[in-house]
Amino acid sequence: MRMWKGRVDFMQGNEAVVEGALLAGCDFFAGYPITPASEIVELMALKLPKRGGKFVQMEDEMGSLAAAIGASLVGAKAMTATSGPGFSLMQENLGFAIMCEVPVVIVDVMRGGPSTGQPTLHSQGDVMQARWGHHGDGELIVYAPWSVQECLNLTMEAFRKATKYKTPVILLSDAIIAHMRENVVVPDEEEVELIREEIERSHKPIFGRGTSVHVTGLAHDERGYPSDDPNVYRKLLGRLRSKILDNIDDIIMLKYEKTCEQQDLTIISYGSSARAAKEAYIKLKEEGIRVGFIRLITLWPFPEDLLRNVINSDKVMVVEYNQGQIYHFVKAALRDVSDIILVSKIGGEPFTPSELKIVAKKIIKGDGGCEVIL
Amino acid sequence: MRSHPMRKYLREDRLPTIFCPGCGNGIILGAVLRAIDELKLDMNKIVFVGGIGCSGRIPGYIKADSLHTTHGRALAFATGIKLYRPDLMVIVFTGDGDSGAIGLGHLIHAARRNIDIKTICINNLNYGLTGGQFSPTTPIGAYTYTSPYGNIEGFFDLCELVASAGAVYVARWTVRRVRQLIMSLKKAFVKRGFCYIEVVSPCPTGFGRRNDMPTSIDLIRFFEERVVHIKKAKRMSKEEIRGKLVIGEFIDVEKPEFCEEYHKLIRGVERGEIKVLRPHLDWLELEMRA
Ligand SMILES: Cc1ncc(C[n+]2csc(CCOP(=O)(O)OP(=O)(O)O)c2C)c(N)n1
Ligand code: SF4
Repeated sequence: MRMWKGRVDFMQGNEAVVEGALLAGCDFFAGYPITPASEIVELMALKLPKRGGKFVQMEDEMGSLAAAIGASLVGAKAMTATSGPGFSLMQENLGFAIMCEVPVVIVDVMRGGPSTGQPTLHSQGDVMQARWGHHGDGELIVYAPWSVQECLNLTMEAFRKATKYKTPVILLSDAIIAHMRENVVVPDEEEVELIREEIERSHKPIFGRGTSVHVTGLAHDERGYPSDDPNVYRKLLGRLRSKILDNIDDIIMLKYEKTCEQQDLTIISYGSSARAAKEAYIKLKEEGIRVGFIRLITLWPFPEDLLRNVINSDKVMVVEYNQGQIYHFVKAALRDVSDIILVSKIGGEPFTPSELKIVAKKIIKGDGGCEVIL
Repeated sequence: MRSHPMRKYLREDRLPTIFCPGCGNGIILGAVLRAIDELKLDMNKIVFVGGIGCSGRIPGYIKADSLHTTHGRALAFATGIKLYRPDLMVIVFTGDGDSGAIGLGHLIHAARRNIDIKTICINNLNYGLTGGQFSPTTPIGAYTYTSPYGNIEGFFDLCELVASAGAVYVARWTVRRVRQLIMSLKKAFVKRGFCYIEVVSPCPTGFGRRNDMPTSIDLIRFFEERVVHIKKAKRMSKEEIRGKLVIGEFIDVEKPEFCEEYHKLIRGVERGEIKVLRPHLDWLELEMRA
């Protein structure tokens, strides 16, 4: 990701999300407070009116996403933010935004679930919900930031992709990234002018132009009229799918580092768990162990082919703060890799690089089993 | 054949509608279009929003911007539209289930916020689209597919509810009272604030057939036999009013409207005239609260 020219600030992930959104031109926010996402809601309430933007605290999360979609349909660069329980409530309207091709950015700051779970503690438990939580099988885009800087950058990117592909984009942050403070370069306005123009150009209002458009969540034809013709439905779903999947080169972001061509082990992680995983990778590298490290930035669409192409080891360990979610997709993608091991930790304690290093060495030796729960 | 005078406002390529013979939805759509026509409102400046239900299908037949949302959420979608583009008029079509059950939260909060949305609730005393189950306005004792032994639950008076929640204009009419309905619609369309008009309407298919009123004539007779004007109702005791259908204007007041207040807030912040709670939020303290 490129480095910006700008001011250096010390801030937390939630603040950086707001900075990124405002830089991208976000001018509408509807939300409902929830830990650990509340700072996003509070900061939007404070900052949007200063720029002539609109903020509304809705009565629930169903309403929050609905209002954001409504605003987007009349031209707003709209966003909402929540955590797991609220994200569950948004699923129906998330499906609506996919079906009706409405650009909207949804930030889900993950906490431990199910249910009220661990409100103040991190998890990566919503990875599958983000992809499969809505009913029906629509495609969408999901990014997972691993640093405060990336919260800013990826929020901007989320607006770019949402408006470009006319789709909801989800930023899967979590309680660690959200509340952690780091130095961040907040780009100068001129730095992001082009991005902003691009967003502005690709996002036109649907309503209020005197064109009498009909928008419905029902299966619809090119005119937007409801239709129960099986071919109309197949065509629609096919198009919704291919507009994402035909553009994975533009959508998928992934970081790959390796010590040499052929490794004994590849570590795969994303978001906050990738922080400790990366440290473990560095330690292993220093010890002369042949190891690779992959950090997924785009979780969905899943970078299946890319993973298959880059991985060059018989052993893979997937590090995540849940009981195995991305793990299953890694397994499905890497059918030729003999050992794919899940390294999981839940409960709200972070991975430590040294424990991951020990696990990695065990796996290389061949006594890791198929699952390691830390 | 002479064309219907309101036909010019319809998407002709979508006709006929899905509505059953005898359904009240057509009369209500006609009344709304007449009110618009008489006020000479610009159709390019109106967004019609519908929930899910037979009632929610109405916007799709109007030649204007129209949005068919999710069940119960029409008012929340409408809130986003109106707040971002206050210059557009937003008219919502909803049902007694759509806004009285699954979407009740949005209904009373839109009224509390007093956002300038004109809401037309078609109260057909049941869930029509799904084939006739009881709704929060189904009379006690009435038969529906989910009250096969007669409804034992109490019902809402949605007009009372919305009026006390903060709306500036609330009225109820039956589909037979088209003149009064158009009068109310015209009033609502020029007013600033949350306006709610409930129209008690026949659903012969879902409600009538199961309650020995197979035609809409039967249903309209059933409504009209129970009708009491609100002016008279105010002088009646609780006992006397039981089982009656109160019609008329429940409230007609002026109050600050949400989008206008928000606009003032933006101006005030710009000019530095409004005090901010804490100019520099203390994040460490916020973190401790979390
Ligand atoms: C979340 C959800 N739950 C249930 C339904 C099924 N459903 C569709 S319309 C409806 C009730 C409609 O009743 P009402 O709002 O009174 O409208 P009417 O059809 O009578 O005009 C129901 C339960 C749905 N579409 N979505
Ligand atoms: S089911 Fe009832 S409300 Fe729906 S179209 Fe038929 S008569 Fe009208």
